[in-house]
Amino acid sequence: MRKNWLGTWVGFVLIMAWCLLPVVWIVSLSFKSAAETTAGSPQFFPKAWTTQNYKDIIDNPDFTRALLNSAGIALSATFLSVVLATLAAYAIARLDFRGKRAVLSLALAIAMFPVVSLVGPLFDMWRTFHLFNTWPGLVIPYMSFTLPLSIWTLSAFFREIPWEMEQAAQVDGATAWQAFRKVIVPLAAPGVFTAAILTFFFAWNEFVLAISLTSTTASRTVPAQMAYFVGADQFNPPYSQLATASVVVTVPVVILVLLFQRKIVAGLTSGAVKG
Amino acid sequence: MTTLLQRPAVRDDSDRAVAENRLGQRLVAPAVVIMLLVTAWPMLRALYLSGFRYRLTTPDDRSFVFLGNYGTILSDPLFWKDTLNTVIIMVVTVSIELVIGFAFAMVMHRIVFARGVMRTSILIPYGIITVVSAFAWQFTFSINNGYINSWFDWLPFINPDTNWFGDHWHAMTAIMVSEIWKTTPFMSLLLLAGLSQVSEDMIEAAKVDGATWFQRLFKVILPNMRAAIMVAVLFRALDAFRIFDNIFVMTRGAQNTESSSFLTYRQVIEQMQLGMGSALSVLLFLTVLGLAYLIVRMFKVDLAQARGEA
Repeated sequence: MRKNWLGTWVGFVLIMAWCLLPVVWIVSLSFKSAAETTAGSPQFFPKAWTTQNYKDIIDNPDFTRALLNSAGIALSATFLSVVLATLAAYAIARLDFRGKRAVLSLALAIAMFPVVSLVGPLFDMWRTFHLFNTWPGLVIPYMSFTLPLSIWTLSAFFREIPWEMEQAAQVDGATAWQAFRKVIVPLAAPGVFTAAILTFFFAWNEFVLAISLTSTTASRTVPAQMAYFVGADQFNPPYSQLATASVVVTVPVVILVLLFQRKIVAGLTSGAVKG
Repeated sequence: MTTLLQRPAVRDDSDRAVAENRLGQRLVAPAVVIMLLVTAWPMLRALYLSGFRYRLTTPDDRSFVFLGNYGTILSDPLFWKDTLNTVIIMVVTVSIELVIGFAFAMVMHRIVFARGVMRTSILIPYGIITVVSAFAWQFTFSINNGYINSWFDWLPFINPDTNWFGDHWHAMTAIMVSEIWKTTPFMSLLLLAGLSQVSEDMIEAAKVDGATWFQRLFKVILPNMRAAIMVAVLFRALDAFRIFDNIFVMTRGAQNTESSSFLTYRQVIEQMQLGMGSALSVLLFLTVLGLAYLIVRMFKVDLAQARGEA
């Protein structure tokens, strides 16, 4: 038994190191001065800690604009996707209707879709519709790529909600729509919230469409902006600046994870096992 | 549309059932329309465009070449080299993730303390932006600023001058490490969910019957987690096959590290070869479809059934 206990401890330490070392590394890099990284500084922690990088990055209008784009696009996509997914998931979990299986299969197929294969046609279509390099031009595809995950997560949550409550409301004279709005919505709120977090992660993370369907800082999101923020010499990128930008865009992720870790795990694994 | 083609599932014709059927279809309609608008329609358009020689810089020079683009692609060694790279990345990363992810899941399943801390740390790589993770690992492997060479120079194949982005296999290793770091947590969470479904009684019974640790693992635990393993492998394999972000950031395809996705992107956006790029898109789509079919067949699990959907 004692051997087991030791093994678990070693496992715990290994997992923590695995997950957090690279994060600690970029945080440490972000406090190294630009001069230090240009000269080459292979030691883990800075020789002299400096907050200059953070001042520079906040003063960089391209970066702050990208941050605004990222936040705006990710939040709009999340909101719209979760609203549509809630309607669809309710129908799938609770109602008997034709084509239910077809909807689920479509969602599954889209979850596996190679995003890059849409870059060409979307690039062409978006130029025709004047959606190229605009916020909606990214919000629309992000919605459709997050709908499958939201629909699956939400229908799993909705199946756990007690049926009787809805039927009781209907016995009391509520229509199917009223039963949905007044009884199910409040009960479903935690599941909806989980779907929203997962959707936000996707939209905040997305890169392929972000570099393909934008051309200027007007709508370029942070991941895209960072990829172009390479500087004059491709083989000598501005390490400390990039690390600082990395830390700044990771902060919202860390906050969400810290606050809602239990919900996120439940959402991610809702499709993995029976029920 | 597909929603209308299904055979009737409604059991009676009462007003209530008809109304329910109509409400159900109305509620899913907006989501279905959006999903089809951004995937099915562009995909059909790609199929159409792939029949043309069409470059955006010379739009008037568009001509119909039927399957010509496909012929050009399939006879080009670059396409096969990139496909091979993608397959290598997929097979290596998914296998390693499966092993590490399972070990993580075992630890998380058994641990009695600090569950919250562990869950939080495991979710950070999952939530972090792939571009950020790629930068973090690029800097880790960097010859001037990285710590890999100085920490691991006791290994025979690493010395202070190892240039991780200087040749094919080193660069591929760096890309795969960043991919594995970022996605192992997702894998381990899916496996943990499967692991917690395996009944303790069954494991205990096998123990009483004298099964060794290995026998319990391979004869009891793993077979009972088949659905979870299949979902994890399916999602991760298809995800790995689409690898793009890490390669774009870490090498931009230098040292022959280009993947199928990267090749498609380069043709469309950098070369503006819409016809050729569309043909590549169609091929990529078909490959992913075939891959999904293969994995599902391999595990013989009906996904909808596994979810308990009728």
